[in-house]
Amino acid sequence: MEAIDIVKSNYIRELINKGQRQDSRDLLSFRDISIKRGIIQNAEGSAQVELGDTKILAGVKVMLGSPMEDTPEQGNQIVSAEYWPGAAREFEPGPPSPEAIELARVVDRGIRAANCINLESLYLEEGKCWDVYVDVYVLNHDGNLIDASSMAVMAALMDTRMPKYENGVVNREDRTNKLKVNGVVATTTFAKIGDRIVLDPTGDEENAMSARLTVANDGKLIRAMQKGKSGSFNIDEVEELSRISLEKHAELKKIIGSEQR
Amino acid sequence: MASAKNKPELLKNGKRLDGRDLMELRPIRIEAGVIKNADGSAYLEWGNNRVIAAVYGPMEAQPKHSADPARAVIKCRYQMAPFSGLADHGRTGPNRRATEISKVTREAFENVVLLNEFPGTEINVYIEILQSDGGTRAAGITAASVALANAGIPMKDMIYAVSFGKIGDKLILDLNMLEDNYSDCDMPMAISPKSGDILLLQMDGNLTMEELKTGIQQVINAGKTISAAQQDALKRFYTEKQQAGSGEGRSEAETTG
Repeated sequence: MEAIDIVKSNYIRELINKGQRQDSRDLLSFRDISIKRGIIQNAEGSAQVELGDTKILAGVKVMLGSPMEDTPEQGNQIVSAEYWPGAAREFEPGPPSPEAIELARVVDRGIRAANCINLESLYLEEGKCWDVYVDVYVLNHDGNLIDASSMAVMAALMDTRMPKYENGVVNREDRTNKLKVNGVVATTTFAKIGDRIVLDPTGDEENAMSARLTVANDGKLIRAMQKGKSGSFNIDEVEELSRISLEKHAELKKIIGSEQR
Repeated sequence: MASAKNKPELLKNGKRLDGRDLMELRPIRIEAGVIKNADGSAYLEWGNNRVIAAVYGPMEAQPKHSADPARAVIKCRYQMAPFSGLADHGRTGPNRRATEISKVTREAFENVVLLNEFPGTEINVYIEILQSDGGTRAAGITAASVALANAGIPMKDMIYAVSFGKIGDKLILDLNMLEDNYSDCDMPMAISPKSGDILLLQMDGNLTMEELKTGIQQVINAGKTISAAQQDALKRFYTEKQQAGSGEGRSEAETTG
């Protein structure tokens, strides 16, 4: 870590200890969120999310594939993430880092656990199914990539128009049917900074955090969780943050589900 | 999670298919110091899981740019042997799942190892799943914890891990492979038993707030049994070493006498 980052982290810890944030947000508020849908016409679905200065683009391609051996009557959902080197000084080109893999898997897990895409509906015929590829592109990194990506993926899936499958051939000219998406999964990510916990950490706040907890839910049930970094949470904190996460669902669902193209 | 279509009955007469009660752990047996070349190691049998863990270090960090001048860095590799599963020959090398598990395992150990004592060094933790039957990341962490202690690496606490899950509305502890595949929730956790701090937490499936609370409490309660197995392994290792040592001493005395 550069000296300037250490000074900055100390400053953020002091500030948060007083219950304040650099951008004058409450400890448990999100930054401004905006979503643009359908911005990549060639893709079957797409959405770009801006969460403060964090910018994420999610694109969906639907390909003809074959079911997995252990699920012969289901299609597949494949989520990947790219830390695009243009998105931050510290990102480097190369194979996906553990962080990028974790990002993709955590986003995938919530949506999969809540059955947002009914994988059985992607089955076409013996040995044939749709593979739904979702690619998350980090275009600008200012913290909380998980929540921003999760919103982008959810919105891109809701924007997805399915190609037609006729006599063994894929027709992409006619994409009138929408992908059926059940419910909305929203994730909330918390950062522990000193003894305090904040929602939706910025890049600077992430540099100062000791631990991170993500909770994904569908408004009723907790669907996925992931703790990150070397710090810890106790049982009461996990319970409290899960409760807050469930409370935040309505607000996020409204943002993800609105602004149709 | 596999298809819910062919979901088998996982509970019979209130017991699990392998005869366990809902909150019963599978038998755990750990042996410390099983790899002679390693600075510390452990072999663990947890139900049908077979795990080996080896620790090398602290030693000079390689490549040099990976070193941290202020503290030791932990490098952790969790991997499943290609023959470890009942199904096909697995793909060799790290896949996305293994990469993620290696990361969260490393982060759990970073919490307890006194990294500041060894600036500029690396501590390598190799976890190999030789046979898998559900809960391998928990088994790996529990084994690696013993291996780190066996390597004499100073730690705040010896951590353990176990998962809880759900069949219908019944919470269960320590899921085996079948339960893992078909349960309604899987939540692996690593705990620092002294403080009750949660160092690893992952979850997918569905849980209510009440189930979440009960589940975490059960994982904390299970620590007593798992920690005892870890400590027992280390005690046996050092007792046997001591006995072997004094045995050598005696035979030497006899020959010279």
